[in-house]
Amino acid sequence: MGQLLMGQLLAPGVSAPDFTLHVTPDQTLSLDDLRGRSIVLAFYPADWSPVCGDQMALYNQVLPEFRKYDAAVVGISVDSAWCHQAFAETRHLHFPLLADFEPKGAVASQYGAYRNGEGVCERALFVLDRDGIIFWSYRSPIAVNPGADGILDALDRLENQETSHGRT
Amino acid sequence: MAELRVPVSAADHIRGGADGRVVLVEYGDYECPYCRLAHVQVLRLGKHFGDDLTYVFRHFPLTEIHPQAGPAAEAAEFAGAHGQFWAMHDAIYAHQDQLSLLFLMDAARALGLSERSLEAALAMNTYAPKVAQDFQGGIRSGVNGTPTFFINGHRHDGPFDYQHLADAIQSVRFRH
Repeated sequence: MGQLLMGQLLAPGVSAPDFTLHVTPDQTLSLDDLRGRSIVLAFYPADWSPVCGDQMALYNQVLPEFRKYDAAVVGISVDSAWCHQAFAETRHLHFPLLADFEPKGAVASQYGAYRNGEGVCERALFVLDRDGIIFWSYRSPIAVNPGADGILDALDRLENQETSHGRT
Repeated sequence: MAELRVPVSAADHIRGGADGRVVLVEYGDYECPYCRLAHVQVLRLGKHFGDDLTYVFRHFPLTEIHPQAGPAAEAAEFAGAHGQFWAMHDAIYAHQDQLSLLFLMDAARALGLSERSLEAALAMNTYAPKVAQDFQGGIRSGVNGTPTFFINGHRHDGPFDYQHLADAIQSVRFRH
């Protein structure tokens, strides 16, 4: 662990840094493109975890729940767009995976979600409100898939807050 | 640490001691090979801990990667409605490599259940709401893949081979 530098995750209340990353080999996606919806950013170490219910497969299966909150889900790792494409096809993923590939881990670093010693993203979750402000963030131990409960709880609280502020 | 948010109730399928010192809840998928391995371990745990262990199985089918997992879960519920949940559960895991609609029909017939009733139940999604209810409760409890185990309500994040599960169960067995 000695050389491992863990960044400080961006905290609630901070405006989420904009980014533009490849979502397929010939298309990019910007955070700004998603503005106006709640957004779930899920940084994760790598495609192709050797288990059935990996984190991305789980979120894929939970997409109908996320949609109830009108929340967009985006996965981000340092894998290339080609790798993401193969992974998404194999697992039948129905949400975008972004390639934080060049410069490697630049976006994850901005969010405090990059593991310098290992060159991969943390398992870090962010829920952003409709204005792109970070509402909730969470770092899971790298070996522990954080599941979806924390995200859904945050979306519940966000929805309650928006309702009490008169937004629909 | 993730906690089981849906308490064990009469709606659950329970095996082993009715009121065990330790309650082991598994969220599983019938087409998941890791769940099949876990199934064997769970049977061994049942033998070892006897009535001290109450085991509950809940459905968590990852249907996007396991197309047979949904119908299999519904077929188990169908069998359960006729008092044969565990027989179907064991049959499915014992023959996971043959899992198909045809297999589920054959398994139903072997249990003395009506294939036509099962076919109708699958076509009408009769048991889909029960399966979906298990799934949603699992998500809210922090199920993060299959299998996921909860021991006395706490998610077990370690490996799920026999020894790790047995140690985890033993560590809370006499704690009150």
